[in-house]
Amino acid sequence: MPEVKYRPNIGAPRTPANEEPAAERARDFRPVDTGYTKADAIAEANRCLDCKKPLCMEGCPVGVHIPQFIEKIREEDWAGALKTIKGDNLLPSVCGRVCPQENQCEGKCILGKKGEPVAIGQLERMVGDMADEVGEAPECKPSNGKKVAIVGSGPSGIACAGELAREGFDVTVFEAFFTGGGVLTYGIPEFRLPKAIVKREIKGLEELGVHFEYNSVAGRLFDADELFNEDGFDALYLAVGAGLPRFLHVDGENLPGVYCANEYLTRTNLMKAYEFPEYDTPIRHGKNVVVFGGGNVAMDAARTALRLGAEKVTLAYRRTEAEMPARKAEVHHAKEEGVEILELCNPLRFLPGPDGFVSTIELQRMELGEPDASGRRRPIPIQDSEFAIPCDVAVTAIGTRANPFAKLCADVELNRWGLIETDENGRTSNPKVWAGGDIVTGAATVILAMGAGKKAAADIKEKLLAE
Amino acid sequence: MFKILKKTQFSEKVFEFRVHAPRMAKHAHAGQFLMVRIDETGERVPFTFANWNPEEGWVEFIFMVVGKTTQCLSELNEGDEIRDITGPLGCPTEVEGDRVAVIGGGVGLAIAYPVARTLCEQGKKVSVIMGARTKDLLILFEQFAALPLENLFVTTDDGSMGEKGVVTLPLRRLCETDAIDSAFCVGPVPMMKFSTLTCREFKIPIVASLNPIMVDGTGMCGCCRVEVGGETKFACVDGPDFDANLVDWDDLAHRQASYKAEEAESIKRHEEDCACQK
Repeated sequence: MPEVKYRPNIGAPRTPANEEPAAERARDFRPVDTGYTKADAIAEANRCLDCKKPLCMEGCPVGVHIPQFIEKIREEDWAGALKTIKGDNLLPSVCGRVCPQENQCEGKCILGKKGEPVAIGQLERMVGDMADEVGEAPECKPSNGKKVAIVGSGPSGIACAGELAREGFDVTVFEAFFTGGGVLTYGIPEFRLPKAIVKREIKGLEELGVHFEYNSVAGRLFDADELFNEDGFDALYLAVGAGLPRFLHVDGENLPGVYCANEYLTRTNLMKAYEFPEYDTPIRHGKNVVVFGGGNVAMDAARTALRLGAEKVTLAYRRTEAEMPARKAEVHHAKEEGVEILELCNPLRFLPGPDGFVSTIELQRMELGEPDASGRRRPIPIQDSEFAIPCDVAVTAIGTRANPFAKLCADVELNRWGLIETDENGRTSNPKVWAGGDIVTGAATVILAMGAGKKAAADIKEKLLAE
Repeated sequence: MFKILKKTQFSEKVFEFRVHAPRMAKHAHAGQFLMVRIDETGERVPFTFANWNPEEGWVEFIFMVVGKTTQCLSELNEGDEIRDITGPLGCPTEVEGDRVAVIGGGVGLAIAYPVARTLCEQGKKVSVIMGARTKDLLILFEQFAALPLENLFVTTDDGSMGEKGVVTLPLRRLCETDAIDSAFCVGPVPMMKFSTLTCREFKIPIVASLNPIMVDGTGMCGCCRVEVGGETKFACVDGPDFDANLVDWDDLAHRQASYKAEEAESIKRHEEDCACQK
């Protein structure tokens, strides 16, 4: 039978996302984007030009074979599509939802030069979400008798765990919280990444034979020497992240009602404070909420505030919207839901009301100067431009720093920011210890953390099996 | 899951649990704490280690019923399981000098007790000052009395037990007679603040175990932030012990009161639920 040559549907518009109406969804925690249907996915897959030299793959930090999985979608071979993606990426349902595709795969798609790129993220998550339907059969090599400990169950830890389990290693993941997922669980809200998906991915790893030890704080409950000498582990991968919040260090920042985003999101996502008093953890509900920052965490906090019933949510940023590092889709969603963006201003101080809680914020106007080291124009304060706005809950989302527990756990070299020094394979100064993800790079993306986990897994395999 | 091996009731509202936790028992130190979440809908609350035994694989913590979570905890019994216990957390207590005053007020006595016991075990000469509003709220008296202490003082605001007044009365006498090299205090903010001011007069170093609200207890959220010497510190990873002379007490008191209304709502609802079941 002669092979039928694929003819892409040239000129077809990008298949739109299926989103809940902004006015309704902004009041509860249901997913904003319900994802593609099978018909949507096939239509979108037909837009792909099936490039001989796919640039999209170069844009993906873990090198997912994008044209190949899209081809499987066209053939309606859902199991085949899932298998193709999972060869490179164990968490497609997560990455399809949270990757900044505009800077990665979709940013490189040739269709994007003149029109809209293929919706690779939407396709990836759609296929990932088919896992229950197509029934995955985990394939692992037989046990090789080597034990690896992983500290942290965030994206980097679970990527490393999955790769090693598939290669026949006996893997244990130690997690400080009572549940797995790291930032996927405590940070990214339900309306962007349903927690059922994170739970499913963790369950998938358990089916591969990975053990999870929760409530296990590295450096306090155990250390590297104990893992190697008493528990018989052959290698350790540190993926503890960079979860320590930064503060603005301005007057009034410790007033009740001023949160850092980590606390605000942990209370809401992990402890389910939005269901207080069914759940025991409380959170302050503000009428006027002001969030500081321009990244994804700031967007998540602002949109969470709306869902907690705020009448007005303002996102204050030092630069302009064009410089915001957040995912474009989230900035769009936030604005659509009613978050107001206040550009070019910086907080000077928080002032209390008669009840002792924060009630007012004093801000200062900024202007943009020359580009700084990040390539973005530096904000400079404008003299005598102070003004005040009412605020009964403030959330600061101005970044995070290294988690100190890596140092308490293992003797590894750190740089001056407290981040772990490694080579390109994740090797630290300690020959039995590898590290990757945010604890090496500082706060970055889910997919980069996963890429580091994969790389370290390959190197751990090579080194341990050579012994 | 953490199995309750032993439940001891010290008074109407004060309990001690011994739970099975072998790894934790191996690494626990005096002054460190653990975080408890009773069940799926529970909150995370910190308690200081009261005792631990690495050979037998258990740890103990003491708590006083003050709100919904501690009320629910007190309703558990031997053989029951607690969903999550995380620890050890925080830095171990370190006190300089050979002669130490341990000052505990109210619920803080539950933390002062293991510290006093450990200091005795370290061979230090320990004087304890116990303070409470009334006799009924003075907890662990027999336990303290059983320790090999140099001195044991009791004060109550209403004079229903021991000396009428506050902990700074015996503390001042210890300072004046040059009987102590340093002090450790834990309890309500005013009590810690005034103990600090008393020690400052006599240039005696004093450490305070701070008790801000916590969520994760591992430095991830900054809920427990305190101002110490003009710097923002996280009590869960940098403390909970700090040089008491450097602590901003007003800031701590403010933050502790953040959820007063919600705490009241939670306990009221729990009591109503209990009443319905009866």
